[in-house]
Amino acid sequence: MKTYDAIVVGAGHNGLTTAAFLAKAGLDVVCVEKNDYIGGATVSRNLYKDWWYSNCSYVCSLLRPEIYRSLELHKHGLQVTPYGGSLTFMQNGDYYGSYHDHEAAYREVARFSRKDADAFKNYSADTMRQCRLIRDFLLRTPPDPTSFKPRDLMELIRIGGKINEMGEDRIGETVRFWTMSVAEYLDEYFETDVIKTALSASGIIGTALGIHSPGTAYVLLHHYMGDVDGNVGSWGFARGGTGAVANAIAGAFQAEGGELRTEAGVDKFIVKNGKVAGVALDNGDEVHANVVVSAMDVKRTFLTCMDKSDLPEKFHNRVENFKIRGSSGKINIALDGLPTFPALPKDSPLYLADMHFTDSMERMERAYDDWKDGTWSKDPYIDMTMPTTNDPTMAPPGKHFMSCFVQYCPREINGREWTQEDKDGFQKSVFDQISNYSPDFKDLVLHAEVRTPQDIENEIGITEGNIFHGELTMDQLMFNRPVPGYAQYRSPIDGLYMCGSSNHPGGGIMGAPGANAAREILMDLKRPNTVPENFGDD
Amino acid sequence: MSIVQEPVREAVPQGPLKTPFYPRVVKLDTVNQWHEWKGYSSPDALYCADLEYFAIRNSTAVFDLSPMTKYRITGPDALDYLNRLVTRDMAKVKPGRVAYAVWCDDQGQVIDDGTIFHLREGEYRLCCQERHFAWLQAATIGFDVEVVHETDEIAGLAVQGPTSYSVLSTMGVKGLEDLKPFGLMHVDFQGVEMMISRTGFTADLGYELWIDPGKALDLWDALFAAGTDYKIRPIGTHALDLARIEAGYLAPYAEFLPSDETVRTGRSRSPLELGLEWLVDFKKPNFNGRRALAEEKRNGSTWQLVKLDIEGNKIAHSSYIFSNSKAKGGSIGFVTSATWSPVCKQNIALGTVKAPHGKPGDTVWVEIYYQREMHWNREMAKATVVDKPFWFPARRGATPPGPY
Repeated sequence: MKTYDAIVVGAGHNGLTTAAFLAKAGLDVVCVEKNDYIGGATVSRNLYKDWWYSNCSYVCSLLRPEIYRSLELHKHGLQVTPYGGSLTFMQNGDYYGSYHDHEAAYREVARFSRKDADAFKNYSADTMRQCRLIRDFLLRTPPDPTSFKPRDLMELIRIGGKINEMGEDRIGETVRFWTMSVAEYLDEYFETDVIKTALSASGIIGTALGIHSPGTAYVLLHHYMGDVDGNVGSWGFARGGTGAVANAIAGAFQAEGGELRTEAGVDKFIVKNGKVAGVALDNGDEVHANVVVSAMDVKRTFLTCMDKSDLPEKFHNRVENFKIRGSSGKINIALDGLPTFPALPKDSPLYLADMHFTDSMERMERAYDDWKDGTWSKDPYIDMTMPTTNDPTMAPPGKHFMSCFVQYCPREINGREWTQEDKDGFQKSVFDQISNYSPDFKDLVLHAEVRTPQDIENEIGITEGNIFHGELTMDQLMFNRPVPGYAQYRSPIDGLYMCGSSNHPGGGIMGAPGANAAREILMDLKRPNTVPENFGDD
Repeated sequence: MSIVQEPVREAVPQGPLKTPFYPRVVKLDTVNQWHEWKGYSSPDALYCADLEYFAIRNSTAVFDLSPMTKYRITGPDALDYLNRLVTRDMAKVKPGRVAYAVWCDDQGQVIDDGTIFHLREGEYRLCCQERHFAWLQAATIGFDVEVVHETDEIAGLAVQGPTSYSVLSTMGVKGLEDLKPFGLMHVDFQGVEMMISRTGFTADLGYELWIDPGKALDLWDALFAAGTDYKIRPIGTHALDLARIEAGYLAPYAEFLPSDETVRTGRSRSPLELGLEWLVDFKKPNFNGRRALAEEKRNGSTWQLVKLDIEGNKIAHSSYIFSNSKAKGGSIGFVTSATWSPVCKQNIALGTVKAPHGKPGDTVWVEIYYQREMHWNREMAKATVVDKPFWFPARRGATPPGPY
């Protein structure tokens, strides 16, 4: 039977990225995927008539441009289009808009507070300073601080230098930033509740923490450090839906001779004498290779697809304790037309924006209280986008696709599985909130898909449906991600690597874990590196 | 003789004029950024150049190109006249076709480039950036031909982008499905003849509409009504210029100067130096610049236009080009247009280098200066000379075009 050079398990965007760079280096690579479609959570699905749903991940900013360029993803159909602005509807009939145009953005904030309008530039500079620091680490493997290998020492010195050049005052700020809550961070700059609320959401999206929980300021950074064409912090849509990203990477992979195998879920990794030898598929088939790369999250990789006896005890425990709590759900909707929002002028550019309905820090924190109580938020935070206000390819002319990302939504309801009744209640809380601001919304709904963390776990395979493959808190970042001592994409099993978002630098459609893993694998195999370097900022 | 004491005319207007579409364009303008283009007001951007650019690549962008200089060329000798004027063989351009062309002075140096529309048998329209009536008139000697300046008599709109075919079809244009790239057709628009050509400056699917200025506003309204569901957007020059660099198209005053305006020797360019050898047909009878171009072809050109794929993400505005990373031997040329390509996620540029440098596949080095928070940095970036346009999607040539 054929032995491949490498097997990649899971055709999400990171698995495909690793596969593409390995194939580019001349390896004979097969990528196996349990579903009958590729992309994992980076997917566009045709679930209703002529509508294409970005039914998991729905916006794009973090995807490393170095990867985009190196794999020539535009030749494989990818086009990422920036979208304009952000909007929060208020209960008093007003709204707070964040505009693409700088002066309009300033005037809008000044409408609430002149002080906040002027504070924005300090906030932006301070946040950008943190972005600049972290962006430099994205396409690099974290050093092992306990190692005396020259490579680790050099990288530690490099990072030390980066931090040191910030100066004493700003190092202090940085340490505070990494550990404080997003609410505290914003309080240092702003006084207007709705503005703080709008900004605070980036600190909790995909995270089982509230805006007052320590560590959430860093999560905000994770949503700011991306860029669209050099505009750091901007977000865009992939034309044709998020699946266009995975499809393009798969196109690059196949153009390099890579093999994709769908409906080929992995039951177990085959481990012999501490070395990986391949994978056993759900259907009983075996695929053999001396290098196996898991794009699955760290829990699924080591707790579901591997015998405990093959793993060191401490590693196993660490993986068991890895925080990957489900905290968000999704509702994907086909609309018969563009819903109207009476608060918004008819020709407002904010119809192209992402929309929200949570206008106070109090409501934001209360939404988290429901999650702690073991249920979905009755007054949820919704990140609502309609990519079809810009993208002509996802719905028929005049029709729309609406994506609602909903926070908070637990993996289990009070310790039990979700029922249909629960899902209906979850949907109702979202629909009611939207229709409070858009009276014709409910009448326009043609079809809705409700996705709880349980649905995402069952279908995509991500433990608890956690969008980042594990929370982005300091205890699980850099050389601690996913597990101390194993942050360099290798595992306790020889030949078994990890390339998913459970690894540095974490989740989102970034491709960085996949690219970094490929570089490490090629280094071990003594093959020429095909993974691009960071563009750099200086 | 007595001097007339009454005013016989009004003063010529001062400042830029308004195009026939101006009332509609200005209504959609939110940023108030305009420049003058050949005597008319033209927008740099209307709401955000970044987003406008994506209308070209994602949906449908509308650009008012009414200020383009236009000449009508008719008469029994129209074809012979054009063949004498431009370097390519116009006999191959049948009625209903459009040809990209350059015309040269006797030294074989490019005066301008433009498009020639073969409207009907023996009836042509020349469309270009610059004003050349003196040159075009001088060239009529010996030909039974009439050249008429008609810039103000025709309003023009570029309708470019993947949904442009859907927009025009929805507007009721019939027969568009058979129109090939560089084809043109005449259709009825509300009782007036409108010319549609499948041409543009974007290397994407797209059309240009040409109509009587009196019908301009009706056309705009019909177009935008049909285009709403296809995300139609008006755009300004910044967005268009970005798309044209991705397409690898030349712009006067960037990639070349009209030779009749240059003061210093050696500052003009020949078609061979601009990568337009395919437009020069030595097999046809005499044309302006033939002798000089034939000699250049024998002896080799001085300059070579290059398309550069540059490493990294620092834009190579006005950079010097070198043959090596140490800048040994002095510069071999310079960048003429540069941008980050949002659709290719590539750092791209057009430039001019001294032959024999600049062959496809060659590696050159670009000296990039860029500013970060007041301080300037310098980077020598490796660049590869490429021969294909950076962006040239299949949909550009698809006939019939798809819905998007």
